[in-house]
Amino acid sequence: MKNDLLFDFNVDKSTKTVIITREFDAELALVWDAFTKAELIDQWIAPKPMTSKTKYQDFKVGGKRFYAMVNPEGQERWAMQEYTSITPKTNFKMYNAFADAAENLELPGSEWDHTFSEQNGTTKVNIVIYNESLERLERILDGFTQGMKMSLSNLEDLLATLSHRP
Amino acid sequence: MRRDIFQAIADPTRRAIIILIASQAMTPNAIADNFHTTRQAVSKHLRILTECNLVKQEQQGREIYYSLEIEKMKEIDKWIEQFRKIWETRFNQLDKVLATIKKEKK
Repeated sequence: MKNDLLFDFNVDKSTKTVIITREFDAELALVWDAFTKAELIDQWIAPKPMTSKTKYQDFKVGGKRFYAMVNPEGQERWAMQEYTSITPKTNFKMYNAFADAAENLELPGSEWDHTFSEQNGTTKVNIVIYNESLERLERILDGFTQGMKMSLSNLEDLLATLSHRP
Repeated sequence: MRRDIFQAIADPTRRAIIILIASQAMTPNAIADNFHTTRQAVSKHLRILTECNLVKQEQQGREIYYSLEIEKMKEIDKWIEQFRKIWETRFNQLDKVLATIKKEKK
């Protein structure tokens, strides 16, 4: 695996925007799938020891993905993503909001804009996240740090299992 | 009242005040001289920054001087760093998922 893959992470506090750029050692079609197909998203989006489970997904404009981040105690944090724009293998946008298990949204949420490009077999993904409220960002962080503090050491185990899976 | 530190710095005037007093302590009048706004408006911004513990006040004679709490500003960097780590973890996980799928395809 290449170790020189670009990773940029910037928070622009004045525009309440998080800008993330990352390169992946894989062709565009595969990276696109990893970001847009629930069965693949669930395999990486939750930082260990959290897990992600998607209840349903309909990847089309106006379609939704309803999912939960689950902590090691089994506590579920539900959220809804609604796809607002899709240009296959190039760009997709969505609106993300926390929700309860009955799909009642907690607004405001955040707007996500993903752009994909490939060069020499390396795929670059640019993610721009706009949050109406930075307090909301803080809440997300709280949830994750709680979950992550529990056992960061498990991370290596998970990754090893994933890479040895037949 | 609990103030959110990010709300404090989300305002352009407050960010300008932070930059102004980062290098030297200043009185409210001296700070207000730098803005096309009322002394009252500047006072309100200073009050919010004080409530967030982003600035501290010091009495010198009859004047109150405002200066920046550098440690509090560092908290913001730490907060951002935690966020960066989450994404780093996620992407490392994604690298493994991608590698696995590529292997399966061969």
